Amino acid sequence: MGKNLPTPQVLKGDTGWDAETAAPIIAEFAAIKGGLIPALHALQNRLGYIDDAAVPDLAKAFTLSRAEVHGVISFYHDFRREPPPKHSVKLCRAEACQSMGSEAMAADLIQRAEGQHECEVSAIYCLGLCAMAPSAMIDGKLVARLTPAKLDAHLAAAGIGFKARTV
Amino acid sequence: MSLRLYIPKDAAARAVGADELAAALQMASEDCGSECQIIRTGSRGLLWLETLLEVETIKGRFGYGPVTTEDIPSLIAAGLFNGAKHPLDHRTAVGLVAEHPLFKAQTRQSFARCGLIDPLDGDGFVAQGGLRGIKAAVKMDGEQIVKQVTDSGLRGRGGAGFPTGIKWQTVRNAESSQKYIVCNADEGDSGTFADRILIEGDPLTLIEGMVIAGLAVGASKGYIYIRSEYPDGYATLLSAVLVAHRLKLLGANVMGSGKGFELEIRLGAGAYICGEETSLLESLEGRRGIIRYKPPLPAIKGLFGQPTVINNVLSFAAVPGILADGAESYSRLGVGRSKGTLAVQLGGNIKRGGLFELPFGVTLRTILNDFGGGSASGRPIRAVQVGGPLGAYFPESLFDLPLDYEEFAKHQGMVGHGGIVVFDDSVDLARQARFAMEFCAIESCGKCTPCRIGSTRGVEVLDRIIAGTDRDKNLVLLNDLCTTMQDGSLCALGGLTPLPVRSALKHFAEDFA
Ligand SMILES: Cc1cc2nc3c(=O)[nH]c(=O)nc-3n(C[C@H](O)[C@H](O)[C@H](O)COP(=O)(O)O)c2cc1C
Ligand code: SF4
Ligand code: FES
Repeated sequence: MGKNLPTPQVLKGDTGWDAETAAPIIAEFAAIKGGLIPALHALQNRLGYIDDAAVPDLAKAFTLSRAEVHGVISFYHDFRREPPPKHSVKLCRAEACQSMGSEAMAADLIQRAEGQHECEVSAIYCLGLCAMAPSAMIDGKLVARLTPAKLDAHLAAAGIGFKARTV
Repeated sequence: MSLRLYIPKDAAARAVGADELAAALQMASEDCGSECQIIRTGSRGLLWLETLLEVETIKGRFGYGPVTTEDIPSLIAAGLFNGAKHPLDHRTAVGLVAEHPLFKAQTRQSFARCGLIDPLDGDGFVAQGGLRGIKAAVKMDGEQIVKQVTDSGLRGRGGAGFPTGIKWQTVRNAESSQKYIVCNADEGDSGTFADRILIEGDPLTLIEGMVIAGLAVGASKGYIYIRSEYPDGYATLLSAVLVAHRLKLLGANVMGSGKGFELEIRLGAGAYICGEETSLLESLEGRRGIIRYKPPLPAIKGLFGQPTVINNVLSFAAVPGILADGAESYSRLGVGRSKGTLAVQLGGNIKRGGLFELPFGVTLRTILNDFGGGSASGRPIRAVQVGGPLGAYFPESLFDLPLDYEEFAKHQGMVGHGGIVVFDDSVDLARQARFAMEFCAIESCGKCTPCRIGSTRGVEVLDRIIAGTDRDKNLVLLNDLCTTMQDGSLCALGGLTPLPVRSALKHFAEDFA
């Protein structure tokens, strides 16, 4: 049977880099064809991010240069090279969500998130929920048909505290 | 017999509280001392009704939607749990779902089972007609399978509309001891979600289509590359592989044919360009998703240098039906050279958004009015973008265009993957044109200059136009830039970004004045 990955889990943000945990993951995926990207997913899943310290080990296991491994990590938007913050809000900024007011909501949220480091607010381009726009992913959970008030309720439920809304 | 309730576990339903609804209903039924079985299905695609709750009755499945946990007390008061006649006297009642005018008006081929069954229930899949395609295929030789697909007129649903049968024939003719079947489930086009709904609602049909492709061309190994924005789809596919093994759809001896097929599921990593087939193959091989030069075509030299069929999810999903019911059953649907059905995905500022599987030839106006019911805001619809972020913006005067690859091309647009995004009259097309350039700049793989640099220049030029600086001069510059990108880009990201920009300029010139 094919070699399949575990389902990604919500990042907890309370993990530090740990080369000992990383080693068997790297070894496991080095054995499969084209295994570098699955390896990076597995590492990030387990440890929250991909530390620069992993690059030489990955290069060796996959018989690539460090520059090549580095190039792969930096090419893909998903991979992070620093520990994740405790919370993450990804707002869809693509066209269907724009047509339903995502831009004003995003501008407001970015402003309210300023100066805090607990939650990262970022853009994502389409979550496949375009018929129930606008949508977002909050700590890995999809939410749709958002209004400013509904978004606030979801943030509160996730334990994310921002400055009060200005609009 | 205990009461049977159906609630989708599709991501769209979950994003508006389907899990909470299912849990609360289960609890409420226990409190009422009534036995109730909740089956989690895929989505019917009637997304404005999500969460759609269905109740099994002698007459069929009655629907209520959109239902939230707040509706539970009133549903119970109306008699949900005590054998009442359906539909209940409840404001969410929508009647028999199969008889719903916007469900009945569809031609559900690829999506026939979607929303009906638990997507991981192998027996349910077979009971509803699953495996009929592969059973027909194992009785044929590869040549005959390819002929069925060619005769059906099926064209790739990923965007380019290339005839699927011709692609398969090329791979079949290529000499190699190892060939591959790759499914493109990157679905990066904003405004599209049909791949996601099929994967979450009926993944075994996709797998069946891929295995048939394997038999047709002589490939024993397949990969599905799914974008990481679809965690639910990914999880569903992992489980579906196990179910497919139990059904003997995968494994060393597919349906007793003596031929084997194995399938791996791979996760993308957030790069739009990895939906382009050669970039996707690079990514599968573990590299940066940089576009390859063509030729060689993937059909000759694809994954790991071997002959490879790469098709969109919906291209594969159409195949079991074609094999089961014959090429003619498919080719008689549609118009011109656009055969069969298209999964129309209606989203954005629209009252009734969702997925409607329709034969080619339906007009935009029918979709927007009869299916969509007008804008969500109640204001006039001013523009639609068809075919994803690289698709054209069309004004009201073109709403009588029929869905047809050639007709759309004639009007400098594309059907693409079938997404239609609706905007009301508050839209500013200059901003949308700017976004097209910005998106291209963000997602460019960087291999060629017209795309990498041109898109960034495009954003700057549009900023100046929007600010009213040297408008005429900058409009000329923008036009030149579009020509350079269109003619000089290696792939369609840079090459087609001018499409939304130019359509905005052409049809909505007033927004640039
Ligand atoms: C920038 C770009 C993005 C693309 N994204 C997708 C995608 O997300 N899904 C898809 O099936 N095809 C996508 N394609 C089209 C593929 O390159 C290819 O044509 C398709 O996978 C072939 O399958 P089909 O013949 O079944 O459509 C994209 C093409 C380009 C240029
Ligand atoms: S057009 Fe853009 S995405 Fe395509 S190859 Fe060139 S740089 Fe890469
Ligand atoms: S455009 Fe926002 S979910 Fe698709």
